[in-house]
Amino acid sequence: MLDAASARSELTIEPVVPVGRRQAIATSLGGTVGILRRDRFALVGVVIYILFIFMAIFGPALAPHDPQMVMEDDGIWLTNQPPSAQFPLGTTNVGRDILSQLIHGARPALMVGLSAAFMVAVVGTVVGLISGYFGGRTDAILMRLTDIGFGIPFLPFVIVLVAFLGPSIWNIVLAMGILLWCDTARIIRSQVLTVRERAFVQAAKISGASDWRTIFLYIAPNILSLSFLYGTLAIGWAILTEASVSFLGFGDPAVVSWGFMLQDAYVSQALARGAYYWFVPPGICIMLAVMAGFFIGRGYEELLFPRLRER
Amino acid sequence: MPPRAVYFIRRLGQMILVLWAIATILFLIFRLMPGNPLVAFIDPTFTAEQAEAISRQFGLDQPLPVQYGLYLKNIVTGNFGTSFFQKEPVLGILLEVFPNTILLTGISLTAAYVFGVIAGSVLAWRRGGKLEGAGIVFALMTRSAPEFFVGMLALAFFSFNLGWFPSSGVASPGTIYDSVFQQLTSADFWRHLALPALTLAIYLQGLPLLLMRSNMLEVLDEDFVTMARMTGLPEWRVMLSHAARNALLPIVTALTLGIGYAIGGNVIVETVFSWPGLGRVLVRAVQSHDYPLAQGAFFLIAVVIVGLNFMADIIYSVLDPRVSTARQEVA
Repeated sequence: MLDAASARSELTIEPVVPVGRRQAIATSLGGTVGILRRDRFALVGVVIYILFIFMAIFGPALAPHDPQMVMEDDGIWLTNQPPSAQFPLGTTNVGRDILSQLIHGARPALMVGLSAAFMVAVVGTVVGLISGYFGGRTDAILMRLTDIGFGIPFLPFVIVLVAFLGPSIWNIVLAMGILLWCDTARIIRSQVLTVRERAFVQAAKISGASDWRTIFLYIAPNILSLSFLYGTLAIGWAILTEASVSFLGFGDPAVVSWGFMLQDAYVSQALARGAYYWFVPPGICIMLAVMAGFFIGRGYEELLFPRLRER
Repeated sequence: MPPRAVYFIRRLGQMILVLWAIATILFLIFRLMPGNPLVAFIDPTFTAEQAEAISRQFGLDQPLPVQYGLYLKNIVTGNFGTSFFQKEPVLGILLEVFPNTILLTGISLTAAYVFGVIAGSVLAWRRGGKLEGAGIVFALMTRSAPEFFVGMLALAFFSFNLGWFPSSGVASPGTIYDSVFQQLTSADFWRHLALPALTLAIYLQGLPLLLMRSNMLEVLDEDFVTMARMTGLPEWRVMLSHAARNALLPIVTALTLGIGYAIGGNVIVETVFSWPGLGRVLVRAVQSHDYPLAQGAFFLIAVVIVGLNFMADIIYSVLDPRVSTARQEVA
């Protein structure tokens, strides 16, 4: 059925791909600026990311306290403090400053999001290019691989792998990378199938360009924006997945991530106490980060498929 | 052979191939673990006889290829070994919680798709309006919200603050149902189901909603809709019996994706609400290093996903015969 779906999208939506290599790359990059001018959603997404990147870089300097330190006053632990001037978001059940944890959480979120997205975009693009260009048996094998990828339950797979490899952020990224490239590869492949038949590609082949040269110098630039699109969407998925894995207790114990904060709140009975100040802020941060990815992705989609814009 | 039968057989072969591949990946993961492979199946607390029986059953003293053969045979016959902690056959434990997962997923998925399709059509109908803008932002927000966060909010507010719903489990302590029918008609069951199903449904409705909206917009541009309008049919009839009917088809495709999300999502929702289902069994088994149980739960979840995808594909090919014939031409 997925074949049917991709076949359908091939027929109905023909993305505008410029022909020249430089021009193609320029559109992918320069288009971003254009999107921001036109699309308010994408602009919001970018602003959110800039904020989070700022938090990720300067977090330790910005945070008022050490996120793991127990706050004391004259030897008395300041546990379960509601928000106050000293602790704007209150403290946890063992007296850690929630605002500081929140600020520190931006760095692991972005690290996971960007590295997973990079992996997904690169692997997905390369597989899609090879599969679409060579066709035949190579294509059949690679596409059966994606079938298997779609059949494997995503979150359970990540959990099992992380449990075995050890709870670290990079193992979570690796586990996600192993499965998430399938979508991208399929879409890129169907795009390559149409680009492959274009005159300039045929011309390159006739004039003696090798297969790899044709793939990477002539075809790849034309599908680059599609890779960007799937990369942006993957940032959101990756952040969401890392948070889920941490929430289930398989996260990196050395890292204060938003997922960890939520797990901490959940197991410490914050819900029963109605300590909304504890678990609402990290949840909203995850939501914003994921949503920003979707918003930017939407802008890209409109750049790629102009027919969508009128809608 | 008729094209549909050929398609069915091809698709069946593909399903078996995928399941075999997943079983093999699992075999490798659980064997590549650091330490003795025996660790994966024999807990130190087992008696010598138990250990020996399991060792023979899984061929743990044999070379790896023989183990692999035995492993495949055991999976086909539903023999997943014995749980380390509950000391019971894994299959029995899994089958006991299986209905809970199916009920939760089935009910949420139905609710999410019914809501998504209706809301998506309404948004397409009111295109360009304030309602549409708000609707899209709502859909994107719910798609970005982590399920455990939505679940925690629901728990804190509806369960702990207001006390309307129980905070965990599938039934009040001591409740025993004689039949599924009795369970489905009991108020207690629905009170337990409400929050987890709501959380899962909120997570799932975004995809059909956005998809239905864009399908509707695409269909509304087509000639047959214009024709229907020109014949003077009332607007609601054009929407309902001409546009919506045709926009619905790709939603079936999306259902396969939805199933995948739902099963993955179950792991989280079941954990948040302590709902005794497959996902929660998996999480706890992995946490407590109960390998046979973890392996069995993982495989059963994969079987559900792959099996449901297969069913959806077959239904789709019946609804849209082009799929099976097109595949033939390509092949």
